[in-house]
Formats: sequence, structure tokens, C-alpha cells
Amino acid sequence: MLSPEAITKIDYELTKYPANQRQAAVMSALRIVQTERGWLSKESITEVAQYLGMPEIAALEVATFYNMYDLSPVGKYKITVCTNISCMLRDSDVIVDHLKAKLGVGFNEVTADGKFCIKEGECMGCCGGAPLLHVNNTQMHEFLTTEKVDAVLKDLLQQSSDEEAVK
Amino acid sequence: MLNIEIDGKALEVEHGSTIIDAADKAGIAIPRFCYHPKLSVAANCRMCLVQVEKFNKPLPACATPVADGMKIFTRSKSAIEAQKSVMEFLLINHPLDCPICDQGGECDLQDIAVAYGTSGSRYTEEKRVVFNKNIGPLVSTDMTRCIQCTRCVRFLQEVGGIMELGMVGRGEHAEIAAYVDKSVNSELSGNIIDLCPVGALTSKPFRYSARSWELTRRPSIAPHDGLGSHIEVHVKDNKVMRVLPREKESINECWLSDRDRFSYEGLNSPDRLKVPMIKHNGAWVETDWKTALEFAAGQIKDITNEHGSEALGVLVSPNSTMEEGYLAKKLAAGLGCGNVDYRLRQTDFRLDGKRLGTPWMGCNIQEIEELDRILVIGSNLRNEHPLLAQRFRKAVANGAELSIISPLDNNPLMDIAHKVIVRPNDMVNVLGQVLKAMSGLQRLSLCLPPSLTQLLSDIKVRPNTQAIAESMAGHGKDYDLISPKVGIFLGNMALSDPRFTEMYSMAEAIGGISGAKGGILPAAANSTGMHMMGVMPNATGMHARAMLEVPRKAYLIVNIEPELDCQHAALAKAAMEKAECVVALTAFKSQALDNADVLLPIAPFTETSGTFMSMEGRVQSFAAVTRPLGECRPAWKVLRVLANALGLQGFDYETSEQVKDAIFGGEKPSAMVWRSLNNNLKELVEIHINIKHDGLQRIGEVPQYESDPIVRRSVPLQKTKYNIKPMARMCASQLSELGLVDGDYVLAKQDKGSAVLTVKLDNHVAKGCVRVAAAHEDTIGLGDLMGDIAVEKISAEQFTAHEAVTMEARG
Amino acid sequence: MATKKAKTKAKTPVMTDLKGQTLLCLRTLTEENPAALDTYIKLGGYSALKRIVTDKVKATDIITEVKTSGLRGRGGAGFPTGLKWSFMPRYFDGTKYLVCNTDEGEPGTFKDRDIIRYNPHQLIEGMAIAAYTLGARVGYNYIHGEIWQDYEIFEAALHEAKAAGYLGENILGTNFSFDLYAVHGYGAYICGEETALIESIEGKKGQPRFKPPFPASYGVFGKPTNVNNTESYTSIPWILQHGGQAFADLGVPNSGGTKLFSVSGHVENPGNYEVKMGTPFNELLALAGGVWKGRKLKAVIPGGPSTPVMPAEAIMAATMDYDGLSKARSSLGAGSMIVMDETTCMVKTLHRLSYFFYEESCGQCTPCREGTGWVYRVIDRIVNGKGKMEDLDLLTDVSNNIAGRTICALGEAAATPVLSFIKHFRPEFEYYIQHGKSMLDSK
Repeated sequence: MLSPEAITKIDYELTKYPANQRQAAVMSALRIVQTERGWLSKESITEVAQYLGMPEIAALEVATFYNMYDLSPVGKYKITVCTNISCMLRDSDVIVDHLKAKLGVGFNEVTADGKFCIKEGECMGCCGGAPLLHVNNTQMHEFLTTEKVDAVLKDLLQQSSDEEAVK
Repeated sequence: MLNIEIDGKALEVEHGSTIIDAADKAGIAIPRFCYHPKLSVAANCRMCLVQVEKFNKPLPACATPVADGMKIFTRSKSAIEAQKSVMEFLLINHPLDCPICDQGGECDLQDIAVAYGTSGSRYTEEKRVVFNKNIGPLVSTDMTRCIQCTRCVRFLQEVGGIMELGMVGRGEHAEIAAYVDKSVNSELSGNIIDLCPVGALTSKPFRYSARSWELTRRPSIAPHDGLGSHIEVHVKDNKVMRVLPREKESINECWLSDRDRFSYEGLNSPDRLKVPMIKHNGAWVETDWKTALEFAAGQIKDITNEHGSEALGVLVSPNSTMEEGYLAKKLAAGLGCGNVDYRLRQTDFRLDGKRLGTPWMGCNIQEIEELDRILVIGSNLRNEHPLLAQRFRKAVANGAELSIISPLDNNPLMDIAHKVIVRPNDMVNVLGQVLKAMSGLQRLSLCLPPSLTQLLSDIKVRPNTQAIAESMAGHGKDYDLISPKVGIFLGNMALSDPRFTEMYSMAEAIGGISGAKGGILPAAANSTGMHMMGVMPNATGMHARAMLEVPRKAYLIVNIEPELDCQHAALAKAAMEKAECVVALTAFKSQALDNADVLLPIAPFTETSGTFMSMEGRVQSFAAVTRPLGECRPAWKVLRVLANALGLQGFDYETSEQVKDAIFGGEKPSAMVWRSLNNNLKELVEIHINIKHDGLQRIGEVPQYESDPIVRRSVPLQKTKYNIKPMARMCASQLSELGLVDGDYVLAKQDKGSAVLTVKLDNHVAKGCVRVAAAHEDTIGLGDLMGDIAVEKISAEQFTAHEAVTMEARG
Repeated sequence: MATKKAKTKAKTPVMTDLKGQTLLCLRTLTEENPAALDTYIKLGGYSALKRIVTDKVKATDIITEVKTSGLRGRGGAGFPTGLKWSFMPRYFDGTKYLVCNTDEGEPGTFKDRDIIRYNPHQLIEGMAIAAYTLGARVGYNYIHGEIWQDYEIFEAALHEAKAAGYLGENILGTNFSFDLYAVHGYGAYICGEETALIESIEGKKGQPRFKPPFPASYGVFGKPTNVNNTESYTSIPWILQHGGQAFADLGVPNSGGTKLFSVSGHVENPGNYEVKMGTPFNELLALAGGVWKGRKLKAVIPGGPSTPVMPAEAIMAATMDYDGLSKARSSLGAGSMIVMDETTCMVKTLHRLSYFFYEESCGQCTPCREGTGWVYRVIDRIVNGKGKMEDLDLLTDVSNNIAGRTICALGEAAATPVLSFIKHFRPEFEYYIQHGKSMLDSK
């Protein structure tokens, strides 16, 4: 079942399109549900498709076409590092190697504590800030150095333990 | 018209044609994979790239509209380079496993590769492998062979009406798939096998059973519904290996319903009756034809001699050929018996003798696409007419408004403009409302006869029926159609209803006012033909229902399983039980024929010649495609010899063509058809409209894969999702009114009979109705398809006990 | 890295030195709070829209002005904007749509991001003027999914503009109404292609449509649609404020106005630089602080990887405008200058680029779906020391077979780097194949 919060958000996105074009909101709806649940299970995709009144397979097409949807769990923090040309020229390899060493996982792997996952990203359209990464599809960190990566990881761990403390 | 040139050949083509259309018409071959004239243009395979003067890049012939003066080169250096390069790309990831591929020998990729490919490959990297998917019992997949042309995706979306396949993933990883673990459930799914240009989608039942070049291809006509689809039967060693569509634009186009495509598996069923059998002391004994026929003739003769000719009842399947129907009727007449009928699933015969001609669909199949306004009464279109439904879908896609009056709210996979979902009994009232609203619409100055006006005076028109009336009258939201093309059609549920006469009369009146085409959508392959030949009781004879209600001493039944093919299963069963002698002409051994006394093995449609007349009045003859199995004989021959044995005169036919000539009196069939088809009534029949009826009504739908003895024996069709055990299906409010929940057990009672069923929540069913499928052994205790029914809750223990008993009874 | 200003945490989050730039699309960058509505209005923002809607300026006059300006599509194709606008059907029974393409995913391109985060209102005004001119009732700005924070800035600006009466029903009290919405991609380069973008707006996979029909007749939801790049729309208010001629005069013949150049790679100060069309490359390079670490320039990809790479000599002699770069046998593209210094291995660079096109091919049509994978695998084999000399001809041949035979321009885009890298740096490739390692590694 979609949460009331998710439905409110999806309904807001639906206001952008004609009433008979509910499918248009699928990109947002999948994003909203993924943000809430961490990744898109088949059940999640089915729920979105049903809510929008579109064939499930059409929703699956969308979910599998766009890179930023995750069809398997990606841990609490998905770190996507761009390795495309502008980033590569500014040593994104160093950032990637540092992350891999620090977290002890390779691309598309989740750390044992379920906190982190590293993904290789394609161009994020921020090449002026290379090398860069983004966390959970939303927070962009640019002009990376290994020290800056450490700071980002530290912040995330802090954030995570703060949240657990609240719970 | 535009003047263009293809490969130096000057052509005149219509505005809006594409290069590929123009080339196809001129017989200039352009290779293609994704393009299909019946589907939207995808232009994704790029195989049809051609050179066009003034363009520096090659253009896809399928998607490029012609312009005046265009010069196109399909075999120039640039065109051939483009085509060869595309061919090379298509093959780099293709497994080239032709020797073990079912498509081998009839593969577009193979054929075009021979013409456009090279002998070796420059590709030395690793090839892509795609996991196979299980998409159901009919279509087998080998997705590594897929070339992503998306014909299957487009077919299901555009023709089938629902997107069941998609291309998931991206780039090289994109693959055709159904949603997660779902299967493809379209009743037209088999067409994707034909559409697939490679061996990615092949026929599951046919898989690995023959190579295409070993097959002999013979034309025939599909025998399961009134469409009259053209089929091609593929035979190897006197066995039907598969059935494919034969292209016939005006009937089935290039498609086939799954029922017509996969029913052949029933022909090879172990149930096939291969030798005549006589029941001796309650046990079946094989015998020879001579003995069997003499026995049958002797029994019939004895009984009619003793009790009079009316002691005999003759029931003929509406899926039997015209020749068979004609001879059955003639045989009965020869004995002086008027009890003949083919209308096995009808219960209301009040229109007999009131018709001006043979009822039919009232237009040509193709004309459906051109309609602007459509009213469908009492039909679950996809179930009853799987392929015809697609024409309606096209009409709706073209902008037609579809209105539905039905006890079932099943999604026809096309947009419905207006619908009224009510109990069958109330459908009459709804039709009355539509009629009243239409006559009241100012635009229409036509008046109804006083008798009808009086009938309608007490009816109150509700908003949704008003909307249907306005739609029929051409009124629209944005603009009104001055002279809309209207079609009104009555389906199986109307035809089986005890108030069919009312529904028909109302529909005829609405049609009269709106200038509608249309009529009935007869269920079976030869319903229209049987009616035209009068395979019906004479003035003193009994109709199908009466013959069962007032049991006959003897029955001659042709090509039917009485309790599965008759409208009142319990009645049919009891009548057969009681009869002194039942002579059954049948292709199958069957529990349903246990009450027979003689079984005469007849040839199904593939093993005999004959003629069907379709719902649009098309008379189509076909020849046998194989020799009859075992001792089977064509039914027309069996009837002839039986008549001879009965000592009747005038049965000297040597061929089925001679029988056909007799039917048409040497006239051209179309001339007789033209004279006969007529949906009008001679006179208004006494009807009552607003009858209150509060009890529960059964909707005894015949599931499409239970419609006749052949289909019922096709294992792959029986494995599809459509084949679910009959249940007591009701809407939520009905369930709560009865204090039932989904999964409960009930005893359903009709007349004296009953059935034990599981309760199923089905919100497609009108309130006040219980949907219980017919033509199934679980429901043979029940009565009228569309009659009164009562349900009472029983315990799980009672249900299990009942199950055990029936299991035992079935052995 | 960023300029001193950025490092001192000035309120204006300027990444590049504004000196030497001609700020037009990024004109608010001089201010403290560039994205705010007040800032924009202070600089004369929304005055063009106000004048147009209250004076009921004729659509044809606006189009004439845009034609005079010489504005050409800033997304890469360089199609004259005024001409494109004239393709929209004037009379249409139903909703016409306006679409803005802020789906920057071509490596090296990041100019539109700065527009939506630093000067969103100028884009909104530009789109409103376009909507007025073309009779569009609804507009969408399709934003690259990765720049989520900037998407939120833009969406906030939309609400701000609507509240102030610049969007929505009866704009500025006139009978002109226009609803503009932000929508987003979610990781697909191909959606930068306008018809793929339209499919994506409709909630489908971003697979390009075959053209014709063009979006002007069959666009969003099958309705007439005008699609322009962010920078193109953002140029409009200035053009209508100062006149088309003034815009044209900023640039050189055939290339009117200013252009945002995204400079990335091996320079001291990567970032966006808005300069006049026709600016010599060496001036632009100097603005970006020159090649980093005092190294020598090796090559530049001037307009994103879909434009041919240029060796140092060629680019140093070129001016930054449509004709200037096409004379130099490359193309302005989206103005995405990827600068490579002397230490760059062209084989490895091409390896990464070919992987990108292989990954991002939508999979719809054969040559691109199959060809990009083939090209990548061959280059991958070369990089892994298993190359064969004949691979170079094979790569050229396969790339030529992709180019010009696909539904959209991604086919060409994928072929271009392969063809141009091998053409200009063939010895490097040959060295790699012969020695199984990079020429640069041995230096």
C-alpha cells in the first residue's frame, strides 16, 4: 500500500498533467516511492502502476530504463560517483578507489552493515565541479578530494547514528 | 495521386503512402523486420533503409511518406550498404542456432540474411545471452534470438488491447518481457508467434514436433465461432501439426484467435472415437460400421414405428457443416419427424415463425470498423468472439462510441462510452428506456407504433440510459453527428436469455429509429447457415428445449455432448438417460455420451469436406486436410448411409458438393443468402417490458475454451488462465447481502438440480446475479444458462465430502 | 578549482570569475541573491513579458525580433530559434505545449544547471514569452534527474513566479494564461533528445520518436509542442528587452548573442563562462585560468563528445561560434569544452566515451543498440592489450555503419568520437595495440 504521504506527493505531481494522462506522473511516482522505501520492489512498481492506472509492464519499462531507479536494495546511502570524461580527467578514479578501499565494497555492492553502496554514474551535468558524487540521488558533492570524501562519509554516518538515536 | 519513381520504375501512389507501401504495391521487395502493415510504425530495425534522391542519409522506407517527384533507390550502392550493415548488426548478437530453431525454414532473419548478409562475421566479441521467460502454455520463448523489433509488444497493445509485453531495460540489455512472472493472457496471443520475424516466439504445442519443410499446408475454415476465419492447416504424416491464419482481409485479416489456432490439439486427443461402438448390457463394445448402422437404423425404425415419428428428436451442433445439418433435417423429414433443431443454447423460441428471414449480424465484418456508435447487448465480446472483438476495438480507436448493456462488466479492452450493468431481466427495461429516450429526442421526428408507445409509457428514463440514447442518436459532447453510422448487436447472453424476444424486439425498434445496422452475433461456426436451411422444427415439431423438456424416446445427436452443449444441462442429461435409444454421431468418446446407445465415429472438420456459413452470411466450403482417423467417416456420409439403412429415398449423394448443390438448389449460394438474410420481424410480438423479478439470476456463460467438444480437449487451451473451475461469482454487495465471503462454499440450486461451488468475489457481475460458468462437468447438475438460481452456504466439510464423491464418480 | 570568490564564501555562489564575461543569461550573478525574484526584477526582469502581454504585441512581431537576433538553438543543433517558432501551427483546437530541455547529460555540459539555479526567473520569463507567442497553454521544464537540488530551486521559483502573477491564469491581469511545471528525468542521457524527452514527459521510456512528424505537429500527448533548450529560452527576455539587433550585434554573423561555455577537464578554473559569440578559444581558455598545472594543451572536445575532438593547434586557431568551429571541422555543439592536457591518453579517453554511448543507447534501433556495444568491446579489448591492428579499420567501419542510420542523432554522436579520435590520434592507438599499453604510460 502506498503511504498517505506518498499519495499526497504523487497527487501533487498529477496536477501537472491532464486528467487522462496519469501515466505521465510515473517518473515522479517511482521516485517518490523509491525515496520512501529505499528501492523499488516489484510490489512497489505494481502499486505505482495500479495507482496511476497504467499497465504494470509499462511501469517496469520505465523503472528499468532510467539509471537512478534501483530495482534491488542499495543500502541506506547510495553513493553514485561519476566516472565520465570530465570527471575522469580530474581523477575520479582516485575517488572511486578511495571509496572502495574505505568501504570495502566494489561497484553495486552494499556494505555489510547495510549503510553504503557505491555505484558508477554517468554524466550528471555538473562537470565543472568534477570529480563529484551524489548521495541517494539528491545531495551533490563536487570538487572532491579524498579528504572531502572522508568528510562526506563521516557526515552520513553521523546522520545515520543520529537517526537511530531518535528511534 | 503522387508520381514517384522506385528503382527507375515510374509509379503513381496515393497521398500519405509510405515508401514501403508504394514498393509493396509495385512488387518491389524491400527487406524489413519491424514493419507490419497492421501495426504502428516503429522504424526500429532499420532494415528497410533505402536511398532517396536529395537526402544524404538513407531513409527507412516504412516511416518515410512519399512526396511528389521522389526518386527512391532500393538497390543502389548506398541502400545496399545500409541494408548490409544493418543485417550485420542484427546478426552479431543472434545465436545463429538455426538447426535447432523451430523458426528454421520460415524465418525472416534467415531469409533476409541469405540475401543481405555475408558468409562470415567480423564480430569476434562475446555474444549476448538473454534468459527465457515462461509466458504461458501457448507461446514458447527463446529470447536470445530476439532482435527487439517490438512487433509482439505493439500487437498486444494495439490489436490485443492491453500491454502484456514490454521491452524492459535499456540499450543492448533491453529485452522483451512480460511483467515479472506474469503470462501473456490475451485471447489473441498466438498471433505474436506469426509476427515474430525470428525464432524468439514460437508455438509451444508445436515445439520441436516438425520442421516447416516437412509440413503440407492445406486451406480450411475455422470451426469454433461465426467469424469464418480462414486457416491453413499444417499436416505431417496425416496428423494436424498446427494451424495458422490464412490472410483474408475482410474476415480475419492476418490474425487468428487462440481458440482457432490451438484447438487442433483436441483433434489428436486420446478421446477420439476411432471405431463404432454399441452399448451392450451397459458396456461399450467396439463394432463395425455395418452392424452399428443397422443397429442404429433398427432402433430408430422400431421406436418411430411404435411411438410415431415425433418420438424422435434430432439435435445438431451449430458447429456442424451445412451438409450435415441439411442431411440431418432431411433424414428427420424422411421419417416424418419435425423435431429438429440446432439452437441448443437457446431457451426463448417465441420468435419462431415471426421472422422475415435468417437473422445475422446485419453487416459485414469489415463494416464494424467504420461504425460511429455501437451498442452491444448481452455480450462478453472477448469471450464470445475473440477475434471479432478486435474489429470493435479498431472502431473505438477510430473514435466510435461504445455503449454496453450487459449483466457482466468485463473489460473489453477498449474504451466504453456508456454502460449499464444490470440483471438480465432488467436489461429489457433498460432497452425500453433507451428506446423511449430515443423517440423523445427532438432531433428524431419518427414516432413509434402506438402499441410500443403504450408499453413504454410507464418507464422512467434514467440518466445513463438517456446517455446511451443520445449517443445512438449521434449527439456528442463537442459536436453532433448528423448521420452517425450506428451498429446494434446482441450477444450470447441475450441469445440464451428467456426474454430474448423482448430484447430483440427492443433492439430492432432502437435500430429502426437510429437507422442502425446490426443484429445478432451468432455463437457458432454455422449458426447462420443452419437457420437459413431451416434446421429447426417444422410447424408441428419441437424445438431444442421442448425436445428435452418433454423427453423423446429416441434421439439422433450430431456432434454434441448433450449436457455440455445444451442450454439446460440437467434437462439434457435426464432426457438422454430416459430415452430408449440415443444415436450419437461423434468424434469423441465422452462421459457426456454415456447415455447413448450407439456411437458413430465422425470426422471432425479437418477430416471431412463441408461448408460453413458465417455470421455475415459468407458461404465457405472446405476440403478435408487429412484422411479420417481410424474408422471415422464424414458425418454427411454417415447420415446418408443411415438414411439408406432407414430405407429413405433421395439420399444418393456421392460427394459433399452434391449435398451442397442440393442445399442451394443449384443456385449461386450468395444469391440465396442475399434473399434469406433479414433481421426484421413480420409482426410485433406480444412483449412485456417492465417485469419485476427479485430472485437471483444465473449468468451461465460458456467460457471460450469450453465452447465445443474439440476445444474442450485442447490441452494447451485448457492450461490457459481462461480455464478456471466454475465458481459462484458475485459482486461484493451481493456477497454481503447473502452473508458470504470470497472462498466460502455454496450449494447452487436450479430447478431440481444443483452444484457445489466455491464462492468468488467478482465485481464484474451485476448485483442480483450469480455467474456460474456452463459447459463444465462441475455444473452439469444445473439448469438454464440464464435462469433463476438459489445459493445456500455450506460448510467446508460438506464441500470436501461432495468433492470426494464427484472425484470417485469420475474415476 | 573554484575562484577566490567562491573560496571566500561570498553570498553569490559564483564559480567563475565574472571579469571578461558578458553576462546575459546569467546576469543575476552579479547580485547577492541571484535566484530570487526580487533580484531579477531589480535587473529589469519580467519587463519584456509585462510589455508584451499588456500591449498585446503581435506574435509575428516577436518571431521577427527573434529571427533578427540570430539566436540559434543552444542545445547543440544550432537550429535558428525564430524559424523553429514559426513551425508551430497557429490555429489548433486544443492545448499546445511548450517544453524546455534542461536535461543536460552530454559529458562536459553543465550550463543550463547554472541558469536554473542562479537565474531561474529569466528562463521562466523566456518561456512565458514563448508561450504567449506560440499560443501554448502548458509548459514543462524537463530537468536532468541528477541535479535534484537545482530542480528544487527551480520549482520554488515557479511557485514564486506564479504567486507574483507571472504564471498561471490571467498573467498580469491579462487574458493570457500559461501554466509551467518542472518535471524531471531519472538517469537517461537519451532524454536530452527532444522526442525522447517528450516520451519521458508522457511517462514512458525515453526512446526517440521517428521524425517526421516533428514535435511542432505531434509533441507532448500528441499535441503541437515547441521544444527549446534552456539557454535559448533564457536569451529571449533580453532580446525582447533590447531588441534582436542588439543581440545579434553582440556576436558575429550567423552566431548572434552570447554563449555559455562549460569548460571542464584540465583547466585551472573549470566552470561556466558566458562570452560573446566569436570569442577566440585562447581567450576563453585564459578566462578559465589556462591549462592546469602549467601543462601543455593536447586536445579539446569543443561541444561535448558528440562533436569531433580537435587537436591543440586546430582549436587554438578557432573562434567560438558556429561558423568558426565548423570551419575548423568540428562543431560548437552545446559549447561544452572538454580540455585535455598533454598527459591524456586518447585511447583510454575514447574507451570511457565509448562505454558511455554503449551504456546510454536506448536500445530501440539496431545500429546503435548493437553497434555501440561492438565498438566498446573492441576498444575495451585494445585497452586490455588484446588489440589487433585491423581493429582500427573495423572501428571506423562499424562507426560509419552506425552514423546516419539510426532514428535519432545518438548514432552519429556515438560514432563521432571514435572516428575523430582515430583520425587525429591514430599513432597513439597503433602504439597501444603494438605494445599493449599506452604511449603516455611509457613516457
